[in-house]
Amino acid sequence: MTPADRARRRAAAGAIALSGPATLLLLALFAAPLLRLLALSVAGGSLAAYERALTNELYLRVIFETFKIAAIVTLLTLALGYPVAYVMATSGRTWQLVGIAFVLLPFWTSILVRTYAWMVMLGRNGVVNRALIGWGVIDSPLPLLNNLAGVLIGMVHVLLPYMILPVFNAVRNVDPNLVLAAVGLGAPRWRAFLRITLPLTMNGVAAGVTLVFTLSLGFFITPALLGGGRVVMVANLIEEQVRELLNWAFAGALSTILLALTLAAFWGISRIARTRSA
Amino acid sequence: MRRLRPGRLLLAGVAGLVYLFLQLPLLIVFPISFSSAQYLQFPPPGWSLQWYERYLNSPNWLTPTWLSLKVAVATTVLSLLLGVPLAFGLTRARFWGRDAIEKLSMAPIIVPTIVLSIALYGLFAKLKLIGVWYGIAVAHTLLALPFVVALVVAGLRDFDVNQELAALGLGASRWRAVWHVTLPQIRPSVVSAAFFAFISSFDELVVAMFLGGANMTLPKKMFDNIRMEIDPTIAAISALQIVLVSALLALAARFGRGGGMPGR
Repeated sequence: MTPADRARRRAAAGAIALSGPATLLLLALFAAPLLRLLALSVAGGSLAAYERALTNELYLRVIFETFKIAAIVTLLTLALGYPVAYVMATSGRTWQLVGIAFVLLPFWTSILVRTYAWMVMLGRNGVVNRALIGWGVIDSPLPLLNNLAGVLIGMVHVLLPYMILPVFNAVRNVDPNLVLAAVGLGAPRWRAFLRITLPLTMNGVAAGVTLVFTLSLGFFITPALLGGGRVVMVANLIEEQVRELLNWAFAGALSTILLALTLAAFWGISRIARTRSA
Repeated sequence: MRRLRPGRLLLAGVAGLVYLFLQLPLLIVFPISFSSAQYLQFPPPGWSLQWYERYLNSPNWLTPTWLSLKVAVATTVLSLLLGVPLAFGLTRARFWGRDAIEKLSMAPIIVPTIVLSIALYGLFAKLKLIGVWYGIAVAHTLLALPFVVALVVAGLRDFDVNQELAALGLGASRWRAVWHVTLPQIRPSVVSAAFFAFISSFDELVVAMFLGGANMTLPKKMFDNIRMEIDPTIAAISALQIVLVSALLALAARFGRGGGMPGR
């Protein structure tokens, strides 16, 4: 064994020792409980809980609704977030810092605080409706609370930073000279954007879409408070099964289904994204 | 000097509206929190500090606040003690299983919190850890670890290892070299990681709801309160939290790395 080999081996042993404690914690309190949950939901070889979750029309509708909401939220955050990220990345230093502060301040603020504020603002007599009526935009108050609209507004607010920040990073890494070269050669701005900036920022878009979609699937607080019981996502269904009915087996089966769907969505989107941006 | 094209103006307008949308809920809680009305009313008919007094004089609110602070501090310490060495291990050498460990350490981000809560509840109930504050802190550590590891790994990738090797070559022990050369240079990443761990734990609801038992954290107390009535006390607490977070954010911008976002 050469001294270099010995040094490499020592470094590897050190790295394993440093990784050990955290890895053990993750295995014991993250991986093992999830596997145990999986085992419990098929306890006694019975798939009854899954059968109930996947054949009952009510539960299937909750699963479908969850996916629908996640998809709408992802599209909305992309449509609103991309322009913001683009403006932030292409502004001067001062405006960029202001923009980052505007995105990070709500990002760091408690979701409960923000949801509470939306409840205050979106009611029939809330700030938003009264402002819109005052400006003559609408005649009668819009139903914005305790329905899908309220949940979408709240979720888009929570998840926008998760879209803006990766896209911002991607736009910032595009060499501005490429766009200048295209414009110099006679391409209109919009075509330079479509042919150069957009393709080069697809990796940021993919990261944002993956994050927003998978995080949306597990949302609990926003639908619970802004949905007024009329918008039920899978996480709310799980909590209700435990809190009101103490039905742990069924909650376990629903959790396993939610986990499987989330992992499938994560894997699927990142796969599509990889082939697109490759 | 940049010429303002119509397209650019339109984009800036869209961005301005989105910025406004993002700040709106933060701005609205301040006037409500200083309201003199007995119930929620906007705009407030007059000003008073009654909601702050109510919060600061009520053990029903202060007990959960202290519990949340205790849990958040423990989470911060624990996730740094585990996450920083893990980041070193992942960046400093190749070994069998390293990629698997890296994926495992990131996995808590994609697993929905409610799923992890249900899974941990089963285990913690057996271990009689339901309602115990450090049980919540351990669970919060799992949720904070991915961000701590990502931030510190990014810091270590930017750090030139030759500096540490130089210290070793000059006769420093490995610990002294890391302590005096490496850690001071990755400090911004570690500071951001600490802020992230603290705030993510302080705000976390779902895990605390399941594992807290009868012991309520501040988010659990707020959630129950919001579900029952829209009480302006929440606005006062919200305003205090926003001020706290802004102060921490300013500190993180001063001493931290990229405002605490991983990958920047």
